[in-house]
Amino acid sequence: MSIDISQFYDVFFEESFEGLAAMESGLLSLSMGSADAEQINTIFRAAHSIKGGAGTFGFMTISDFTHVMETLLDQMRNGERDATTELTNVLLEAVDVLREMLTAAQQKIDSDESRIAAVRLKLETMLNSQSDNGSESTGPDQVHPQQVYPEQNKVSVWNIFFKPHPHLLQTGNDPVRMFRELDMMGSLTVVADDSQLPPFFDLEPEDSYLSWTLTLEGTVSKQDVFEVFEWVEDDCELTIELVSSNDSSQHDSDIELSPIKQPIQDDFLANAEPTGDDVAVQNDDSNQTSPVVSKALVQVTTSQPASSIRVGTDKVDSLIDLVGELVITQSMLSQIGDTFTEDMLPQLIDGLAQLERNTREMQEAIMQIRMLPISFAFNRFPRLVHDMSAKTGKQVELKLSGEQTELDKTVIEKMGDPLVHLVRNSLDHGLETPAVRRAAGKNETGLLWLNAFHQGGNIIIEVTDDGAGLNDEKILNKAIERGLVSPDEVLSPQRIHELIFLPGFSTADSVTDVSGRGVGMDVVRKNIVSLGGSVNVVSTLGQGSTFTIRLPLTLAIMDGQTIRVSDQHYILPLISIVETLEIKNSDIKHVSGKGELYPLRDEYVPIIRLYDVLGLKPIVTNLEEGLLVVVDGAESKVGLFIDDLLGQQQVVIKSLETNYRKVMGVSGATILGDGTIALILDVQGLVSLYKDPSLAHVIIADERAA
Amino acid sequence: MANILAVDDSASMRQMVAFTLKGAGHAVTDAVDGKQALDLAGTQTFDLVLTDVNMPVMDGITLTKELRALTDYRFTPILILTTEAGMEKKQQGRAAGATGWLVKPFNPEQLLATVRKVLG
Repeated sequence: MSIDISQFYDVFFEESFEGLAAMESGLLSLSMGSADAEQINTIFRAAHSIKGGAGTFGFMTISDFTHVMETLLDQMRNGERDATTELTNVLLEAVDVLREMLTAAQQKIDSDESRIAAVRLKLETMLNSQSDNGSESTGPDQVHPQQVYPEQNKVSVWNIFFKPHPHLLQTGNDPVRMFRELDMMGSLTVVADDSQLPPFFDLEPEDSYLSWTLTLEGTVSKQDVFEVFEWVEDDCELTIELVSSNDSSQHDSDIELSPIKQPIQDDFLANAEPTGDDVAVQNDDSNQTSPVVSKALVQVTTSQPASSIRVGTDKVDSLIDLVGELVITQSMLSQIGDTFTEDMLPQLIDGLAQLERNTREMQEAIMQIRMLPISFAFNRFPRLVHDMSAKTGKQVELKLSGEQTELDKTVIEKMGDPLVHLVRNSLDHGLETPAVRRAAGKNETGLLWLNAFHQGGNIIIEVTDDGAGLNDEKILNKAIERGLVSPDEVLSPQRIHELIFLPGFSTADSVTDVSGRGVGMDVVRKNIVSLGGSVNVVSTLGQGSTFTIRLPLTLAIMDGQTIRVSDQHYILPLISIVETLEIKNSDIKHVSGKGELYPLRDEYVPIIRLYDVLGLKPIVTNLEEGLLVVVDGAESKVGLFIDDLLGQQQVVIKSLETNYRKVMGVSGATILGDGTIALILDVQGLVSLYKDPSLAHVIIADERAA
Repeated sequence: MANILAVDDSASMRQMVAFTLKGAGHAVTDAVDGKQALDLAGTQTFDLVLTDVNMPVMDGITLTKELRALTDYRFTPILILTTEAGMEKKQQGRAAGATGWLVKPFNPEQLLATVRKVLG
């Protein structure tokens, strides 16, 4: 039977990347000096598994490279080597290289040989440098040189004496199986010696009392015979003698190996390691088939392989359970349908209630499948903070909490970059250098805190630092300088902070290596908004800032607020709604060129009459007769004037683009319970439409498509 | 055909071992560490246990010792899957009561040959 092991590659890559992440976080948390044994063991185990897997699946360069790392880690694990910063840094670098190698193997492209060689050299230099106690340990195992066995075509006769120690059976070994194996090699005669068998009442049924003399004739080498007894060599007396051979030139003549079995063992160690052979064989395989195919192919195949999700079997099991229940409900309902009479109405209602429960549970279970803990996004930050604090000379303590909070896989993936940007910003602009912090009477080590939690149907991610905070005056001046606000405008502190999310805004005095990459906070906000989320900042000068990101749990389903505008029903994403108000006409301010404004506490929100923007024939035009829904717009809050609020419900988002085309102000459609279709409104689009009604007639290029 | 328990913390190894052995007609149950394996061993009887050595929670050597202490597993073949070609781990395994070992990396054919060897 031949088995195609390439089918296991995906799982291997996936677990290897997870292993690398574990190694990385383990290395980062290694305290200086003698490291915590369990921590090192975890790192070691990850390296060990990658090496083993890479060897098994034929990625020999990866296996070899990991072997060097593993050897160093093994020395650390055994207390033969201290975890110095230098060592940790080299190992971190090696983790990076290993990640590149795995990525290259996964995408079937070449990896950067010179970088691999350079880091490998660093590792080997480390390895050769005297470890603390001067031990020259070479690690858990060696890559064994390939051993070529002499050709054995001669027919030999072997005389084998085998006397198991009494406990042999308790190791799960069975002499009968060994004899059967020998029997397959040639012609075998077995003579048992029961002279040691005790009288029946003294007999321990679980012990072994017999010994055997066996004669084996065939084209068999001593090595072949020995391999049969390989596992029991310490649990028996064993003699393997050559009785005759038709090729007398063989040096391998009568060697007696009993009762001290040293010669066998030496011989075994020198020749018998089957690994050497196998390594060589698989190496050939890998050269032919995997990573290094042909360079011409390379460019074509660089695209990411279809993404997969690893789902716990418990989740799948619960789905199967639920499907089972659904099938039962369905058959019950169809039975009722077949023989329906009016008196069965209660049963029908029961059945429908059960169907509703099944559906809801199944929806939850299926959503669970796409859910991953946010630690997948958080995991990269210890490394990032470590590297950046080294680069900027700032001392940073990174605190992570709520890592187990689960959210949609796509959301996690798309949140990666915005989060990195926020963290970089906090480190670069927020936190101060130790000297500045000391002068301000703060702890020299700054705190950066990433926190995630559920709130309602949303996920909240907070990025908090205890740094300098946002400087209102500086922000306002810059905004005026850039023409983002007019000099005579009076803004609340909150409004000033919001300015940093405007396109083309940057508070950095100079563009630094760390955060100034031409990507501003506006991009962060745009990315988050495109996921149906929002971001805002709360900051106190001198005490730090908190960026709060609010995200929907999933992209496929959202909590919607059904609203009525004129005679039409629309859905507003619940997440975007700040509050809903009944307003008085007397409060409204009319500003020329800016339309109507409503004073909401310390700010003015523009009123958008939805029937106007959506081009409907109005039923209610008096602001006092309808409602004002205050929502988070792209840059600030706006008030949407609607006729009425209807129910809240979860809606499944259907894309308009795939079925029709992109429509300004509408992000999708959904089917309501009564079968009618309702459009889901896109607040940002509505704001744009309000500012420039001519946009309604423009067919917009699909700029937001992922 | 045998009922086999395969223990490894690596998912790819578990899949490879399970796929190979199932292809040869065996029933395979897998476990991610020694603890889980030991729990499984308490609920059903296996004809053969294949275990990785270095695993979190409970390693393969401890698992072997624990299994040998159970009446049902005194004579059950237990094979250790180890990348460590050195004698040390093998000695430890043997001292714990393991039947034998298979050195990683191994290919499906080698795995089947070794399993045939202990199952007879």
